[in-house]
Amino acid sequence: MSEQSQAVEIGEYQHGYHFPDESVFKTRKGLNEDIVNAISHRKQEPEWMRQYRLRALAAFRRKAMPNWGADLSDIDFDALYYYAAPQEQQSRRWEDVPANIKETFERIGIPEAERKFLAGVGAQYDSEMVYHSIKEDLSRQGVIFTDPETAVREHPDLVKQYFGTVIPYLDNKFAALNSAVWSGGSFVYVPKGVRVDVPLQAYFRINARSFGQFERTLIIADEGSFVHYIEGCTAPIYATESLHSAVVEIIALPGSRVRYTTIQNWSSDVYNLVTKRAVAHKDAIVEWVDGNLGSKRTMKYPSIYLVGEGAHGEVLSIAFAGKGQEQDTGGKAVHAANHTSSVITAKSISKDGGVASYRGLLKVNEGLHDVRSRVVCDALILDETSRSNTYPYMEINSDDVSIEHEARVSRISEDQLFYLMSRGMSEQEASLMIVSGFLDPLVKQLPMEYAVELNRLIELEMTGTVG
Amino acid sequence: MAHHLQVRDLRAGIAGKPILDGLNLDIHPGEIHALMGPNGSGKSTLANVLMGHPSYAVTGGSVLLDGEDYLALKPSERALRGVFLAFQYPVEIGGVTVGKFLKRAIELRGNGKGMNVTAYIKELREAMDFMEMDQVFINRYLNQGFSGGEKKRMEVLQMLMLKPSLAILDETDSGLDIDALKVVARGVNRMRGPGFSALIITHYQRILTQIVPDYVHIMYKGRIVTSGGKDLVETLESRGYDWIKEQYGIEEEANERAVSSR
Repeated sequence: MSEQSQAVEIGEYQHGYHFPDESVFKTRKGLNEDIVNAISHRKQEPEWMRQYRLRALAAFRRKAMPNWGADLSDIDFDALYYYAAPQEQQSRRWEDVPANIKETFERIGIPEAERKFLAGVGAQYDSEMVYHSIKEDLSRQGVIFTDPETAVREHPDLVKQYFGTVIPYLDNKFAALNSAVWSGGSFVYVPKGVRVDVPLQAYFRINARSFGQFERTLIIADEGSFVHYIEGCTAPIYATESLHSAVVEIIALPGSRVRYTTIQNWSSDVYNLVTKRAVAHKDAIVEWVDGNLGSKRTMKYPSIYLVGEGAHGEVLSIAFAGKGQEQDTGGKAVHAANHTSSVITAKSISKDGGVASYRGLLKVNEGLHDVRSRVVCDALILDETSRSNTYPYMEINSDDVSIEHEARVSRISEDQLFYLMSRGMSEQEASLMIVSGFLDPLVKQLPMEYAVELNRLIELEMTGTVG
Repeated sequence: MAHHLQVRDLRAGIAGKPILDGLNLDIHPGEIHALMGPNGSGKSTLANVLMGHPSYAVTGGSVLLDGEDYLALKPSERALRGVFLAFQYPVEIGGVTVGKFLKRAIELRGNGKGMNVTAYIKELREAMDFMEMDQVFINRYLNQGFSGGEKKRMEVLQMLMLKPSLAILDETDSGLDIDALKVVARGVNRMRGPGFSALIITHYQRILTQIVPDYVHIMYKGRIVTSGGKDLVETLESRGYDWIKEQYGIEEEANERAVSSR
């Protein structure tokens, strides 16, 4: 990337700043058994977790890179740092968080959001959660919201029962990598019948250069419970690539409902390769709302395995591919029980040469009845240099199913722009209004604060271009 | 602010095909002009050129607004000077509600001054009642799923709300039943006054019994071939467009022959 274009990028991306790397502990570049052992040792983990990591490392080495999707050939696994601890101990109060880190989260607006409308907040800086808190009334009801390291120590039975069950480390190369070097993330347990009415949020920030962030999230919603978890992410802009490779597992037990919302806004040098999967048991509902802006390459397909009768799953995917970006996103629904239903709605926008691809899988296992699914993907292409692809895979092995699939690709029409301009809007504002309108049906489903944030980010993407 | 629009020897076309062929027109403040003519005579082209549609290219002549070069202005600048086009085929804008869209369009006219949202909603509701439109339209996406008549009413509603000083209505009457036509005409008549002028483009005379024009122009083959008062509408009604074709088509062919024989 030339100096000039980088300067332009910084102007467009608001979170491109960084503070000096003041990690209190950092592994050296590259990855091997020693590094994995060092991470495990620093976390004072039980032996079973250390062994798990080492098995995952072996799987990572064995597994091939995906031979489909976004171009990942530039990733140099030896050039990355896999672990950096920003401070010795996690804080329960923002006052105790080191000044630079606290300022970063202040700029992003996390403490303010916590005061205003969140039930709990986790804030991760490089490898570790630097802050974690949950409202007292929720912890009194038995809700656990903590980092997974603490969960390994304090709730080993729950962790052993569920960790790695939805996404085994053998699943894919990046799930294996995460399982070997995971650090930070969230552990959520909502007891039977408890409703967490306001969202829990975790925020992930990369500060170090050439860094790999591998948070691990495990959400267990016990019978009849409800929780809404929100994840946000940003990173500075460096000339070198960083890697974000998370694993998120959700277990929605009978009658529970889990909503997971991501507004990802990584800087343009981050490879974002994330595996997210949920299991929905009898009458459970799982909803993924997945907003992907920024990053260099994203590959992410939130999935739902509908394993209990009456389970319902929804994926709402929004992708914005700008200059130099490739968003390979979508969703998967696997029906493994009768009377299950799923809806996948994907909207993508590509601009300034960006590539947005929808990739989805709809699978219905053999011998099922009363299965319904609807897959709708809409792409909006803003100029001649940008592209959109659609890869909808379907494996339907039962007869008593109702499947709807729609895919549309559209370009902003000259007549639409002219109509809005004839009412006094500049061409830029007219395009922005059309794009916002295109996303509106999805944005409306976000909590208000996040709808506002997403609209603001889209506006930046649309108007930030320096002539 | 009222405007004086001067169109001089205007030539324009689309995709290399010439359509306007030396058109002249003067609209003074407060005047209502009707532009009539058979299909294909270039009426809608004139509307689009006056609003600045990018597909149309002006190849000659000039348009002045209060003596200044009007064609150099972008569509948005023309709109902010008070020019309005009621589209023949309004496009659908998904995801953008009527209420939000109109609010923004009005804001833009306010030179960045804050608007009184309560007063805006009140005025919008009143204007919708006047246009006999259900208030649920405020929260519907702009023109999406609207019937032809609803789209036309929405155009006139926008005109009432944006209060242009010069409105061009491009076949706003076509496809309307008589009741809808009356409502549309009522909207235009409400705007009438010294600070408002209009160019009403129509194929039929019936709207001109509801909106009585000050001047009537007949367009044929890209130019205005005859102009007059409202009596011209009656002449046209009794004699039909064939009269125009016979009179001006033959004359034109004669001219063409004269030119080619030279």
